Amino acid sequence: MDFGLSDEQELLQETVRGFVAKECPSPKLREIFEGQDGYDATLWDGMVKMGLGGLVVPESYGGAGLELLDLALVVEVLGEGAVPGPFFGHSLATLALTLGGSPEQKERWLPQLASGEALGTVALGEDNQAWDPAAWTAKVSEGQVTGEKAYVPYGERADLIIVGVGGGGLVAVTRESSGLKVEPVNGVDRTRRLARVTLQSAPCESLPEAVADRVRDAGLVLLAADAFGGASKLVSMAVEYAKTREQFGQPIAQFQAVKHRLADMITEIEPARGLYWYAAHAFDRIPDEAERAAALAKAHLSDCFMQLARDTVEVHGGIGFTWESDVQIWFKRAMFDRTFLGAPAYHLERVAQLADW
Amino acid sequence: MDLSYSEEYEEFRREVQAFLKGYWPLQGDEAKLSHREQATLFRERAIAQGYAARAIPKRYGGSEREADVLKARIIGEEFGKAHAPGDIRSIGASMLVPTLLEHGQEWQKERFIAPTIRGEMVWCQGYSEPGAGSDLASLQTKAELDGDEWVINGHKVWTTGANIADYMFCLCRTEPEADKHGGISYLLIDMKSEGVQVSLLRQMTGTADFCEVFLNSVRIPAENIIGKRGEGWNVSRSTLKHERNMIGSAEASRATFRSLLKFAKGVQLNGRPALEDPVIRQRFAQIEGYVTAHLYSGYRQLTLAARGQEPGLAAMLNKLTSTNIGHMLAKLAFDLVGDQALESPSGDEVMNLKPRGGQAWVSQYMWSLGIAIAGGTANIQRNVIAERGLGLPRDRAVQRSN
Ligand SMILES: Cc1cc2nc3c(=O)[nH]c(=O)nc-3n(C[C@H](O)[C@H](O)[C@H](O)COP(=O)(O)OP(=O)(O)OC[C@H]3O[C@@H](n4cnc5c(N)ncnc54)[C@H](O)[C@@H]3O)c2cc1C
Repeated sequence: MDFGLSDEQELLQETVRGFVAKECPSPKLREIFEGQDGYDATLWDGMVKMGLGGLVVPESYGGAGLELLDLALVVEVLGEGAVPGPFFGHSLATLALTLGGSPEQKERWLPQLASGEALGTVALGEDNQAWDPAAWTAKVSEGQVTGEKAYVPYGERADLIIVGVGGGGLVAVTRESSGLKVEPVNGVDRTRRLARVTLQSAPCESLPEAVADRVRDAGLVLLAADAFGGASKLVSMAVEYAKTREQFGQPIAQFQAVKHRLADMITEIEPARGLYWYAAHAFDRIPDEAERAAALAKAHLSDCFMQLARDTVEVHGGIGFTWESDVQIWFKRAMFDRTFLGAPAYHLERVAQLADW
Repeated sequence: MDLSYSEEYEEFRREVQAFLKGYWPLQGDEAKLSHREQATLFRERAIAQGYAARAIPKRYGGSEREADVLKARIIGEEFGKAHAPGDIRSIGASMLVPTLLEHGQEWQKERFIAPTIRGEMVWCQGYSEPGAGSDLASLQTKAELDGDEWVINGHKVWTTGANIADYMFCLCRTEPEADKHGGISYLLIDMKSEGVQVSLLRQMTGTADFCEVFLNSVRIPAENIIGKRGEGWNVSRSTLKHERNMIGSAEASRATFRSLLKFAKGVQLNGRPALEDPVIRQRFAQIEGYVTAHLYSGYRQLTLAARGQEPGLAAMLNKLTSTNIGHMLAKLAFDLVGDQALESPSGDEVMNLKPRGGQAWVSQYMWSLGIAIAGGTANIQRNVIAERGLGLPRDRAVQRSN
């Protein structure tokens, strides 16, 4: 038994970390955060060139043929850097096609998605917190889909949208489809932009395999991984700030109230990385446990991320409350991670149900 | 990540199962022995087989097996299922033995380790004093060398098990001229020595497990020292690390969690099964998040250790994480026991890791606090995490007192 990462996985994280430090330092991050559409072509191209566009796409379709754990490890590092852009939705779209597409659909789409020629996303949730595949209402008939999908990551920019439909199916809709309306949502997390997608008898293709639940579970794991990365970053920001900010003639880190809060913060997050590792590993290798592990990881880590974001603001004092401070960027990523695909309370109830409590 | 058991391990599990089937419970005349004698007898056989005392060299009575986390887990699981007595989790076996292995002289290891892991020699830890708790290094118990004997005078407190102990490992001030930390030595005191007086202290649980120990001109051989004169502080750090590991064990947190879940399944709350109450369900799932994180962090630390890497910060969090979970479980349990909270707790001697029944949970409700205080309070853990883990500056008060 080995509860750890392989050398390759550690190298993967280090490589991406190096890329983020170089290509997305704070000024760049802020520029994209403030920008019109939360998208930077150079940054995205750089990611795609590294092979991040098709991490879980099989090699035969031009991808890296890796597993969800590898993808989640990358997401952790991107979360640390609050890297803006369409990676999350794109990755889930590639996964949906890889798991559920017909050979012909894979042949047509996966190479383009892996190379970055085309951008993918997923349209899962609907209004009133309808994140569960069983709650979706979009209807398919005679190769056309009709429905309203809320909160679609980078829906405006995507070439291919994987849409969740009633009965828990998935269909693919292209950007050129008639009957497709995409409107931007004024989202809180400006590093992951959202759109509302309205489909009115839009031509679509169904994915033959029923993989909506799997795609949702993968999404939960990735949000948990992002939350771990983001929360770890917040703790180090709070620690650095507390060491340098002086009041009453000493660094505020010397006040035990501050110091103990920082100790509690690291005690919350550091032990929890294994939750997302295990959930990803279960997704890849232990299917019976995958669904529950994903729900537990997402509920725990996203809640933790949110609380640590609140703590980090307080440790920073007034500056932490400003738009100017970078803390707000991670704060809003925490809001996204906590809410997207369902809030912690919802997933905790699923954890209970899935164990027959 | 590879969490599967390979064929080698499945085979090992079958061996352990076969051994247990043959040797536990004891049969015939052996089954008539006292509980403690049976356990001792069985434990000897388990050691001979390599299923106990695995980290301890053969020459000190152990079975000297290569460290293997997975085998240890399999043994734990199978022994648990069979209710067979495994490694002793006494103060001596868990804290003193590793300290001896690290710092002891050859004769000390030969003399003390074997009887301790067999459960024949019982130890207590004489650190705390009335004036020295969190600020342990301010301890005042004095030891002076008189010929080839130490003469010890002082007063220890909260000494768990001093009433039943054969020996005490004790911190004493031996170099009055040296600075606070440099003047301490780590001595081994025979509790039958003249001048040792033990009186029981009763805890809030109603039972009495810890004691006050008065040491009046107690004489012990000069060689009963671990490490050199004035090095006791460093030696004691190693004991404390093992104490925190013992308290911080994630498997124990999981066992307690499972026990509470089982308890909840038989409890009615507001006229329906407690587990149907949405708030109770949420709390269980929430605590499971912490328990599981703690467990995986433990697996990760073991994996790092097996690879020869340092777990670093993660290891410093174990005690606080574990006692935080203890508090959460205690509060949830308290909401499940209902009116039984009006009755006295069961008389568990030390914290029961798998409480059964309402009164045992009332006991855990109290013990969870004792555990959070023993071995360095939560605040002291936070200081360590902040200063050594996160590199934050030390407290002014603590700096001044050094
Ligand atoms: C069940 C149990 C078993 C025990 N068994 C043993 C044993 O076998 N052998 C032994 O030697 N001792 C034993 N102890 C004693 C234990 O180690 C001490 O109780 C503990 O170290 C705290 O010391 P204290 O009780 O003097 O509390 P104090 O040190 O007086 O602490 C009181 C409060 O002040 C806080 N505090 C103190 N200093 C600081 C600081 N610098 N920063 C922030 N907060 C601070 C503490 O966190 C605590 O909340 C046991 C205790 C318990 C409860």
